[in-house]
Amino acid sequence: MPATTTPRTSCEWISRTRDRLQENVKKQLPSEEILDHPLKPLVVTMSETRIVKLRTVGGSTTSSTRSSTPTPTQSSLAYSMDPLGALEGSDPLSQLANQQKMDPLSAMAAESWVEPVEGKRGKENVTASAGMDDGFQESWASRKAGILCKFTTSEKLSIVTSFLSGGEKVVVKAQSSVVDKVRTRLEQLDDFEEGSVRQMLDLSQQEYMGRIEQLNSELVQAWHQDQRVKALKIAIQCSKLLVDTSVIQFYPSKFVLISDILDIFGKLVYERLRTKSDYCAPGSKVPTPLPENFTPDMVPESAKETCRNWFYKIASIRELVPRLYVEMAILKSYSFLTSGEFSQGLLRLTRMIRGIGDPLVAVYARCYLCRVGLSINSSDRVYLRENFYDFLSIYNQLFSPSVRMDLTFQKVDLSTYLTLYTPALDYILQSVAHDATEKTLADILDRCKQKCNSALLFNTIMAAFKPAYIAARATQFVELLTSCDEEGFPKYLLFRTLGLCLTLADPPTEYCLQILNDVWKIVSKLTDPAQYICCAEVWVQYVAKHLSTREVNTFLGDIIKHMSVGRAYESHYSSLQTVMERVLSHANDFETLLTMDKFLPMLDIFQKESVKVDVCKSIMSHYTKHYQYQTTNDPVITNALMFICRVMHDSVNALTVEDEKRQIGNLICNFVKRVDFGRDFEQQLSFYVEARASFTNLDVIHAQLVQSVNRLAVDTRCIVKGHHTRKTASFVHACAAYCYITIPSISSVLMKLELYLLSGQVALLNQCLGQADACLKAALSLIADVPKIIEIDGKQKSSEPYIVSYICNFLSTLLIVPDSPEQGVLYLTRGLLNVIQNYSWDPQSAGRATVYLYVLDMLSTAAQESYPYHIDMVDSNDVLYGSDPKFIAELNRMCSVVVEEILSHLQYLGKNELFSKQSSLALDLLIRIATKADLSKPDLATLALNLWNLSQKHGCLDVKLAVRTTEYLKKKFSGCNQEYYAEFISRLKIKSQVK
Amino acid sequence: MAIQLDIKLKKHNKVYWEGENVSGVLAILSPTDFKHDGIALLLDGTVNLQLSAKNVGIFEAFYNSVKPIHLVTSSIDLAVPGRIPAGATDIPFEFPLKPRSGRSLYETYHGVFVSVQYHVKAELKRSFLNKDLSKSQEFIVEYKAGLPGLITAKPEPVNFKISPESLQNIKDKAKVPRFLVTGHLDSATCCLTKPLTGELVIERCEVAIKSVELQLVRVETCGCAEGYARDATEVQNIQIGEGNVACGLSIPIHMVFPRLFTCPTLITNNFKVEFEVNIVIVFQDNHLVTENFPIRLTRF
Repeated sequence: MPATTTPRTSCEWISRTRDRLQENVKKQLPSEEILDHPLKPLVVTMSETRIVKLRTVGGSTTSSTRSSTPTPTQSSLAYSMDPLGALEGSDPLSQLANQQKMDPLSAMAAESWVEPVEGKRGKENVTASAGMDDGFQESWASRKAGILCKFTTSEKLSIVTSFLSGGEKVVVKAQSSVVDKVRTRLEQLDDFEEGSVRQMLDLSQQEYMGRIEQLNSELVQAWHQDQRVKALKIAIQCSKLLVDTSVIQFYPSKFVLISDILDIFGKLVYERLRTKSDYCAPGSKVPTPLPENFTPDMVPESAKETCRNWFYKIASIRELVPRLYVEMAILKSYSFLTSGEFSQGLLRLTRMIRGIGDPLVAVYARCYLCRVGLSINSSDRVYLRENFYDFLSIYNQLFSPSVRMDLTFQKVDLSTYLTLYTPALDYILQSVAHDATEKTLADILDRCKQKCNSALLFNTIMAAFKPAYIAARATQFVELLTSCDEEGFPKYLLFRTLGLCLTLADPPTEYCLQILNDVWKIVSKLTDPAQYICCAEVWVQYVAKHLSTREVNTFLGDIIKHMSVGRAYESHYSSLQTVMERVLSHANDFETLLTMDKFLPMLDIFQKESVKVDVCKSIMSHYTKHYQYQTTNDPVITNALMFICRVMHDSVNALTVEDEKRQIGNLICNFVKRVDFGRDFEQQLSFYVEARASFTNLDVIHAQLVQSVNRLAVDTRCIVKGHHTRKTASFVHACAAYCYITIPSISSVLMKLELYLLSGQVALLNQCLGQADACLKAALSLIADVPKIIEIDGKQKSSEPYIVSYICNFLSTLLIVPDSPEQGVLYLTRGLLNVIQNYSWDPQSAGRATVYLYVLDMLSTAAQESYPYHIDMVDSNDVLYGSDPKFIAELNRMCSVVVEEILSHLQYLGKNELFSKQSSLALDLLIRIATKADLSKPDLATLALNLWNLSQKHGCLDVKLAVRTTEYLKKKFSGCNQEYYAEFISRLKIKSQVK
Repeated sequence: MAIQLDIKLKKHNKVYWEGENVSGVLAILSPTDFKHDGIALLLDGTVNLQLSAKNVGIFEAFYNSVKPIHLVTSSIDLAVPGRIPAGATDIPFEFPLKPRSGRSLYETYHGVFVSVQYHVKAELKRSFLNKDLSKSQEFIVEYKAGLPGLITAKPEPVNFKISPESLQNIKDKAKVPRFLVTGHLDSATCCLTKPLTGELVIERCEVAIKSVELQLVRVETCGCAEGYARDATEVQNIQIGEGNVACGLSIPIHMVFPRLFTCPTLITNNFKVEFEVNIVIVFQDNHLVTENFPIRLTRF
């Protein structure tokens, strides 16, 4: 019958007093002392000679190895300071990211052409194991992108070919040098077929590249359709394009595009020959394709014949440049005919290139030859040097009147023209210089010195040889470069390259300053800010690395002076940023850096907001990285950093993205944490006040400030050991006030709640009762504002679990908060009850009832004679009221109200047939009543019994749980010999589940 | 699908020496079986002579030297009349390569007025309602090493020096720009299988050079002492210098002799095949200077 089984909706609560001490003893679990933090990663550390196997933390994995005694020199030291911090640093993902940063290829690709030296260092790491050839092949691949980016044009280009549709037909007269007797000469591969030639004029660079790409696919297609002669013809026509040096500034890019096609062609020929030549391994009859490392005598005669045909065909190409290029492209296929004749062939081709009159065309042909030669993996390297010497012997041609005439015609200045040589020349010389000895450098340097206008050569030498060699001769190079003629290769590039070498390798220490002075005498005369910053960007690293802060300061001053002329800095922000970045990364003493009088002026040069913020960010992140656990109290540094942080902070506005805000917030928080005035708490607080005034926009910073101030208050208490003097009392009052007025400016409700509670607790700790009350009251008024849905780790979640746990925490605090004399009994708790009452709980969930159960817990504890915990020097209600009957009655009344609320919720659950929830809630309440209420009162006992029945009513209660509950209660009551307990227990019957 | 005939020679490069056996198979591919009246195979080597247009007429009147010279002919019957089954049928054959009496074998050469060619021809006779089928396959004859009377290449360098003074047939010497080109060919007697090599240096030149080229020329002579037709035509033209070649730098002369279109220099009673190399220097204004070098080609 519902009428009898449903418990009444009201009852009189009488709290029971308990023996707390005894209970606590019973509650305690066996504990064990541990030495290590369980979250600390298992680090294998090599102590000098031994690795000792130890029981690991928590005994979870016994097989891993740790060193027995962490000594300060070991790597685990960094972690041991902050156990949670241990998780950073060894994070495998970030480690991976770091490794990727080191990836030499992507690093090289990102670099522009003028910085080959920087890439070289990374490359050498790789090639050390992979061997030189792979390294260079790879390096070419990454160079290509650089060349294509750098050498561009807006001029119109033209293509003459017979393999593309479109364009206008032209009649190309075969260049015949001999009086035509009878047209009976060999059918020539490189002659255009009559009528098929089309000339495409006025192509933009983009269109041109498209056409080349089209030719490329045309070639591959022709090849796969077995039209090999057509494919060859396309290859020839492509290489013919390399003769044409009109639109000269595009030539290097053109070379890259076309050499790609030739590479493909060469590979097609080679692969075809290899797959065609079936090879019978000795002793077996089954033909198999040739293995990768075959020797010529394994190649069958038919394949050799095909191969020979290719070379005969190519040898009959009329024009020199196409013939050379196509032969170079298929050079690798010589391995089907003979082995070990590559070095001869390479030398022959080296000589034949001399026939190319245009020095630019020739140098790129040499570059291609070196590239092909290296890919063939011939151990012979003589041809590389020959190629460079051949270039040297025609070096004067670069400055010949005919070249100059062509340049004036094309409106290209000499220095631009010379930079066109760098990619090819650098590649050639780098292949020569790889693994070369210092003697080679000396030889080559001597030869180059004899040439006039040798700036281009010096630049290449510096870029090619090991920086260590260059650095050892730094003073010599400075002299050479200084004496270079003004005309020709741009000087700033020379010094830039030298700078790159010197940052990678150290020049003799005694000359460091002198070198800089000599170089800067010239560089500071540069009037073009672009050229100037180009050098400064590189040399700043040299200065930062080799010289003292004083020189860095002077250097920055010079940069400011140069870049301020006509607001030149506006167009060079990225370079200036690099300057800052380099100064920062080499600064081993941040404090002196910040105290330099040119540092902040340098910062002022970044007038564009976004750039400035970026720079500030990098300064701050360097700062936090370098000074992980150090603090500062130097006013100059603090002011400087404050200024920098303010710049970052002021950049935040409504449009700033969340991530940016987080970044800036973290950086500023880090700064706030680093500032420490030691025992001068007043000044510390005033710093926090200043910080609050400066950083008004970001929640995190406010939160950090509140935390810091709370900590300050707690520190104060520690120092006075709880006995506040008048002065310290007023100081902690100030702290509490600071918190109280700072928290409202935070926008996140959850953060505010946490901080109010924390501040309240701290205030309480410091005996600031009024402030504590105020904080807690503020928190109470906020609970209603908590949004229903909150975002945790990017997922939408209900806020209820959070609220419940927050209220629990709050209740624990409330227990010890003494009642204010002006307010009624348990004023704050009543307030909380009102909040719970009015909070719009989700009716389906157990949130409200759970909270009420906890309130019951708290109230029943409040009724005890002495509370389980206290705050030193703060008298809680147990002392204030001394278990006054009126107070107890008040508590009981509140309990009754709460129980009523729970009962009505039970009813609600019953109505909505949520029986399992109803059953568990009933059981929970039963246990509360049984353990915390006075069961001698028949009302309560009946209520408890009813609840017991209710919980079993719908068969939702697990029998095992029921059994254990009764056992638990039996055990609980076993201590006291009251008969009503026994009776109560006896009345708890477990219904067998009949259904 | 019709019946297909194919002659497959055993040697991939199809190069044979005198005295060797030319062997291979006649491959017949037919969708159905068919009757035939016999299959004959003919080995044939001839020198074809032709008079160039400008000479025809003068010589034809009193000379008859233009009819082909047969160097070798032999024939075998590969099969007596009968049936060939459907599918692929391979009939092997073998000829000894022996010249006709009083003749000797020359190397294969494809020229303009003179050519030396060797063929294996197969003829499949069928009843008069069907057309006879035939197939011809060329093979290449080369001299064998150690043949008596063969000249072998040896280095005999030819130095040259080209300057305005050395030029012939110029009308106005004053118009010729000042220049000096020196160099050498490694040998005037060249082995066919090795490239022609040498060096060339533009010592000085007043005007820009457009191109430096190497021209291979064949000189073919038909007829004999009483009257003959001599014609020089270009075999190939190889560029060795492109654009304004740097002065004082030695440029390699390098030319691979094309196969088939060259042969060892050949001098017989009725015809001659000889070769020359021209070094051609083309100036920017398209004027050109040519220096001629007769060369002797050898097999070894």
